[in-house]
Amino acid sequence: MTAQLALDEAGLRRLLHGLPPVDQVGADARAAKLGTRSIKTSAKAQALDLAVRMVDLTTLEGADTPGKVRALCAKGIRPEPDQPDCPSVAAICVYGDMVPTAKAALAGTGVKVAAVATAFPSGRAPLAVKLADTVAAVEAGADEIDMVIDRGAFLSGRYALVAEEIAAVKAACRTNGHDAHLKVILETGELATYDNVKRASWLAMLAGADFIKTSTGKVSPAATLPVTLLMLESVRDFRAQTGRQVGVKPAGGIRTAKDAIKYLVTVNETAGPDWLDPDWFRFGASSLLNDLLLQRRKLATGVYSGPDYVTVD
Amino acid sequence: MSKTAAKNAAAAAEAPRSSVRKTYKLYIGGAFPRSESGRSYTVTAPGGEFIANAAQASRKDARDAVRAARSAQAGWAKATAYNRGQVLYRIAEMLEERRDQFAQQIVSVEGGASAAAYAQVDAAVDRWVWYAGWSDKLSQVLGSANSVAGPYWNISSPEPTGVVAVLAPATPTLLGLTSVIAPAIVGGNAVVAVAPDACAVPAVTLGEVMATSDLPGGVVNLLTGSTAELAPWLAAHLDVNALDLAGVEAGSELARELEVAAAENLKRVVRPGRDHDWNADPGLARVKPFLETKTVWHPVGI
Repeated sequence: MTAQLALDEAGLRRLLHGLPPVDQVGADARAAKLGTRSIKTSAKAQALDLAVRMVDLTTLEGADTPGKVRALCAKGIRPEPDQPDCPSVAAICVYGDMVPTAKAALAGTGVKVAAVATAFPSGRAPLAVKLADTVAAVEAGADEIDMVIDRGAFLSGRYALVAEEIAAVKAACRTNGHDAHLKVILETGELATYDNVKRASWLAMLAGADFIKTSTGKVSPAATLPVTLLMLESVRDFRAQTGRQVGVKPAGGIRTAKDAIKYLVTVNETAGPDWLDPDWFRFGASSLLNDLLLQRRKLATGVYSGPDYVTVD
Repeated sequence: MSKTAAKNAAAAAEAPRSSVRKTYKLYIGGAFPRSESGRSYTVTAPGGEFIANAAQASRKDARDAVRAARSAQAGWAKATAYNRGQVLYRIAEMLEERRDQFAQQIVSVEGGASAAAYAQVDAAVDRWVWYAGWSDKLSQVLGSANSVAGPYWNISSPEPTGVVAVLAPATPTLLGLTSVIAPAIVGGNAVVAVAPDACAVPAVTLGEVMATSDLPGGVVNLLTGSTAELAPWLAAHLDVNALDLAGVEAGSELARELEVAAAENLKRVVRPGRDHDWNADPGLARVKPFLETKTVWHPVGI
């Protein structure tokens, strides 16, 4: 199996259906087991800071305004204005039309701009529209593009179509000498089975994804620990076979620091410490950051803090 | 009764039956969870006989309780005063129906005569009714239309302060708990109450009363265990707005420490009284400290 493998229908079907099937009960049990690990004191402090550095602080609402995006950027750069040791988040994730606003607000800070594209969240648009959406975001300065796959095509077995779309969007990310990172959203809540999650992960990686992402956050269930565990196993196996490392981004439904730490434990125990880095693992989240900050303060001061002491965004 | 049925009944009467004991758990967010820590402690009668194993709440249970109280508080404050009064009265109704159960529990944990226990239950029921009546009268008594030198209506009205942590007195168990919880919730606050030691037995039963009284989950949260262990966490918690020290000895080192911790975010503190008489008319002494006065200036005649 190589990355140069032809992405034709028959070849993909043979490959994806040849993947070892997933033991669903086993995956659930393994994820539940990893969720019980206890991370305390100094290890917890490091885990919280790492989780902050991995957050893709997200606002994807119809009601977004440039002012709200700027406020979110300010928070992403300095989550705790009175604590200089608190790291910045990894990226700010917005809709394509907000990229210029976010890019200006984040200039020179090292915080990246991620834009959702390709008719997010449904992905129901002609390919030309999806590519135009992507090119517009890339030209406006997006460092990362979060695309959605065509779940309808995937579920009806048209794997080549999905792969070609991903490859085309990947090419669009490189328009005019740009080199935007491509995150491929599988929307695992719509894929029905763990086997499908595994197949979609492999399909996205073969087609050129730099990151595979669980969900849009608009469909329930969004990210779950067992699904992320499967995707981490997939990127680990993919690197072992092809030598190329792909990142993972669970998104949606991760709201507490406790959950975030469970994910970090799963990353370490599944894919390994190579992935414990904002370049290879991200959290797509909005309210998670506030809880991480509250837990950070609890560790620093010894008293419980409250929602009155963090910004509401 | 047929012959077979009579035979079965006779057999059932003879056979030894294992008793079904109640598990005394916490009351947080409208549910009855065990302590997160998994700990429990033995509640004994004054004579030392075993009564029950109660859940020993930890600081994390206190944290969860504060979170539950915070999320329930806005809805409870938004309910009409009339509705809050109805819910408090409903608690009295439910309590009255369990009169015998409470009297028996009070005798077992406090000792003393059955008549005194019944008197305490009656006093507690009456207190719920008394505070229920206050709910739609607080703004008339504590609010005012102020005269000001200018073309304004100037109106002050009482608003709930938010989440109140109350440390219930060890005795009288039921009346003490009622006398600290009812005045805090009548104005629209949510409560995290610590029921110390043997108080756990009537406290958990009071939680069952509240769970069946249309009181929204999380408005009252009951933690059983040690006041000395839980109080410092609640006193220092930045999401708690007020603290009632009823269950702490007046002038003690603990009372001083709790007041110092509470000062961090300017909590309102009700200090413990010496030899407080829980049977006396409480007035609004425990209602007023948990209400903030909001004053509105409204221009007229322009």
